[in-house]
Amino acid sequence: MAKYIGKRLLYMLISLWLIITATFFFMRIAPGNPFTSEKQLPPEIEANLNAHYGLDKPWYAQYGDYLLKVVKWDFGPSFKYKSQTVNDLISEGFPVSFILGMEAILLAVAFGLILGIIAALKHNKWQDYTAMIIAVAGISVPSFIMATFLQYFLAIKMGIFPVARFETFMHTVLPALALASTPMAFIARLTRSSMLEVMSNDYIKTAKAKGLSQGVITVKHAIRNALLPVVTYMGPLTAGILTGSFVIERIFGIPGLGAHFVTSITNRDYTVIMGVTVFYSIILLASILLVDIAYGIIDPRIKLAGGKKGE
Amino acid sequence: MKKRLSIFFSMLLVLSMFLAACGGKDGADSGEKGGDKDAGKSDVPQELSVNINTEPPSLHPGLAKDATSGTVLRQTFEGLTRIGEDGQPHEAAAEKIDISEDQKVYTFTLRDATWSNGDPVTAKDFEYAWKWALDPNNQSEYAYQLYYIKGAEDANLNGGSIDDVGVVAKDDKTLEVTLANPTPFFLELTAFYTYLPINSKIAEANPDWANDAGENYTSNGPFVMTEWSHSDKILLEKNEKYWDADTVKLTNIEMIMINDPNTELSMFDNGELDWAGAPTGALPTDAMQALKDEGRLVTKSIAGIYNYKFNTTEGPTANANIRKALAHAINRQEVIDNILQGEQLPAMGIVPPSMFPENEKGYFPDNDVEAAKEFLQKGLEELGYKDPSELPAIVLSYNTSEAHQKIAQAIQDMWKKNLGIEVTLENQEWAVYLDKVHSLDYQVARMGWLGDFNDAINFLEMYRDADGGNNDTGWESKEFQDLLATSATEGDHDARQQMLKDAEAVFMDDMPVLPIYFYTNNWVQADNLKDVVVSGLGDVQYKWAHFE
Repeated sequence: MAKYIGKRLLYMLISLWLIITATFFFMRIAPGNPFTSEKQLPPEIEANLNAHYGLDKPWYAQYGDYLLKVVKWDFGPSFKYKSQTVNDLISEGFPVSFILGMEAILLAVAFGLILGIIAALKHNKWQDYTAMIIAVAGISVPSFIMATFLQYFLAIKMGIFPVARFETFMHTVLPALALASTPMAFIARLTRSSMLEVMSNDYIKTAKAKGLSQGVITVKHAIRNALLPVVTYMGPLTAGILTGSFVIERIFGIPGLGAHFVTSITNRDYTVIMGVTVFYSIILLASILLVDIAYGIIDPRIKLAGGKKGE
Repeated sequence: MKKRLSIFFSMLLVLSMFLAACGGKDGADSGEKGGDKDAGKSDVPQELSVNINTEPPSLHPGLAKDATSGTVLRQTFEGLTRIGEDGQPHEAAAEKIDISEDQKVYTFTLRDATWSNGDPVTAKDFEYAWKWALDPNNQSEYAYQLYYIKGAEDANLNGGSIDDVGVVAKDDKTLEVTLANPTPFFLELTAFYTYLPINSKIAEANPDWANDAGENYTSNGPFVMTEWSHSDKILLEKNEKYWDADTVKLTNIEMIMINDPNTELSMFDNGELDWAGAPTGALPTDAMQALKDEGRLVTKSIAGIYNYKFNTTEGPTANANIRKALAHAINRQEVIDNILQGEQLPAMGIVPPSMFPENEKGYFPDNDVEAAKEFLQKGLEELGYKDPSELPAIVLSYNTSEAHQKIAQAIQDMWKKNLGIEVTLENQEWAVYLDKVHSLDYQVARMGWLGDFNDAINFLEMYRDADGGNNDTGWESKEFQDLLATSATEGDHDARQQMLKDAEAVFMDDMPVLPIYFYTNNWVQADNLKDVVVSGLGDVQYKWAHFE
């Protein structure tokens, strides 16, 4: 196991290096620079700024410097936000996105699993159809429509929740719901189809023949195997949701990390682009690793480290 | 029965885990943040809540270069002058201003005032702040605002000595400023944020003083910043040490950062904001008509222009008559009424009416299709074409945005219908777009311009040199240059004004830029909120604001 994880960590480092390299060069190829603005700067001042931020050095020197800084976990100052470094931006924005993301993931997983399991157990009955209508709606309604819809009815019309911002728990409910709706629907559909598949397996029939109750069969035998596709989906989902959504954060005025992924590119804020990309990649790669480890725990037939025993 | 129960319990378990997670957070949060919000709400009367859209990039007066930072600085700092409710500059940190005969030497006598930490505000604080911005090592992108001072441009760009800059603190209370040229609008400039003072004691000891609220962030204006929660909100409190504290009625200002017009309006309707829309935020275009019908929309024109620039160096737009034909053939009022819906003013000149009142009419009538056709005919003859259809298609570029696109489509249609000219549209992401426009890689391109201070030179001087940073058209005229040059040394206000008008006439006669409309600010505000002052430049001040 340790050997396996060690090997995976090494691959992760290589992937990270590839991502950094690709982002670094694509970013530089894009026209414009951090000082591009409607009111153009005198060339002398721009030269001065370039020198200050090291943008006047040859590309390989800048690239080398940057790699060194990433190793030291120092992403440098933001070009646009003079009062903050990229590390500040991440350490202030990420906790906010993380809390919101965790809420959304819990919602999505809890309700997605419940809907999916009910739908599978009551296959082709009204419960199934109801659950799947909810799921189809959840998948097809984009999150920004869902957000506006929730905001309009629950906050403005009914006044149960505040319209926007990130202050108390009540403020987090609507954005978490909006964020959760699509993944919840997705999880419900995944669970339903894999449950249906598993339920028709021989071992479930054996369990039934043994006289085990429906509850024991579902919880002990079926759900465990039916979870695999959901777990696979959880990897990228977690990374995506925990680092924040641009659209949801914008609509609800949440000071998370999501906005930086988009605005940093518009601003050509080189250091922020790199910083959030590296950060996101690390979270993504880590969650993929966790998913792979989780496979082994959920289904011992999947061998991680060349182990000998199947089931 | 047992089966059912086990399913029920397993689901209950999942659900309770979720609820437990939420519950914990609820308690923690309402304890911290909910508490002080409620406390704030209890003295409702003089608490203002506004949206400033985005995180201010810098609250250092020498580094700020954008409207959002300017909005915060205008409330927290006090310059030598401040633009008053009447739109004119008045003595502020300076109590007396003496101007020499040749209008080149300004002597400011400072009033007794202190910084929010109790340090006295001295002439040295101004000298320090201005020289700090001019020092090339400090990377101030707005330092050029100080170039009116003698030696400033030299020190900032050409390695001149910072000691030769014409600003001297004669003693603690006297600041002597020597200008390069008589500058009739200099007292407007001293109210601008690049001219604000910095507490030199603090700044010298701690170069990062402006990065966060706290004891280092000292200011001398009507309000002090007590909290700066990045990308979330800024809290201001009345500055009891402010020299004119009796005038200031608001006790607290909460500036939140919501970058979505729909959310902003919803929060306003829900009573969570006292103001929605310009100048600090924005209203959704779809809501304009409804707000107007309800009589809630407030509209005020500001000094800013939305225009199409022509590439005068190549292609059909190098021909002045073609440019004029295009300029005459659009119906600006229709664009305003159907697309913008914000009561903007059709622009048939380039200097906003707040500076040149006669520009409400402009140099030619809006939608003058007959004249347009004549110009087109002349232009075609000069270029050797018989028919407009022979003209190569004109490419109209804009940066990607729904509003720009709608305007471009309307104008494309007008040019096609009125002149028979084919137009293709092209849009690019903002930075890519700017790069292309600045390097003259376009034919017709959308641009906007907002004045920094209340003087026509703001809208003219960028077209002085073809290679000037913001010209973007490749246009240059000796006559125009001469008029601007003589106006710079002219001390008499009316004579100077006339020269600038003549320069604009020269410009309009060649039409390197097609004016479309002058900007307006549109907003809604709480009924009992009074005396928020929005200047002709679109700058907002809360110094006099109060709730009734």
